[in-house]
Amino acid sequence: MQLARVLGEVVSTMKDPNLVGLKMLVLQPLAASGEPTGRALVALDSVGAGVGENVFFVRGREAAFPFYPAEPPADATVVGIVDHWDLE
Amino acid sequence: MQICRVVGTVVSTQKNRKLEGAKLMLVQPLTLDDQPRGTALLAIDSVGAGIGEKVLVVIEGKAAGDALGKKAAAVDAAIIGIIDAVEVGA
Repeated sequence: MQLARVLGEVVSTMKDPNLVGLKMLVLQPLAASGEPTGRALVALDSVGAGVGENVFFVRGREAAFPFYPAEPPADATVVGIVDHWDLE
Repeated sequence: MQICRVVGTVVSTQKNRKLEGAKLMLVQPLTLDDQPRGTALLAIDSVGAGIGEKVLVVIEGKAAGDALGKKAAAVDAAIIGIIDAVEVGA
């Protein structure tokens, strides 16, 4: 999983039927320091995250698991909202 | 598997149901000479690792789910061992 900040939402009308009703978020991955790192990406939302929140997301096949038994064609899904993180 | 150092803990109240009760740690991947490499990631801790410890991390969904002990859990990384020592070459 990786830390990220929610930058925005994506609206799409013409899409795979398995994506209907699912919220799509624009995420900026974060380093442990809280600095942006790497490229922004689009992820599905499984926890009701909103713009400006810090979240963590899962990549790969596991991105579809929160929606079981539905199988949306996703490669990234937000699975938690971060209250805070503490470094050494 | 990757050699990483535990650099932090993450607290999340609102999360996927399958992740309830899981301990979330921030781990920094390391090179063989202990230099940080790439971006820190979040991993489920199944062995009781602490901050500062060098650990073994699987970055693959099936293995991470097994470490958590739940089927079809939305996790893609887990700490599966605390490293005592790494010996490379001679």
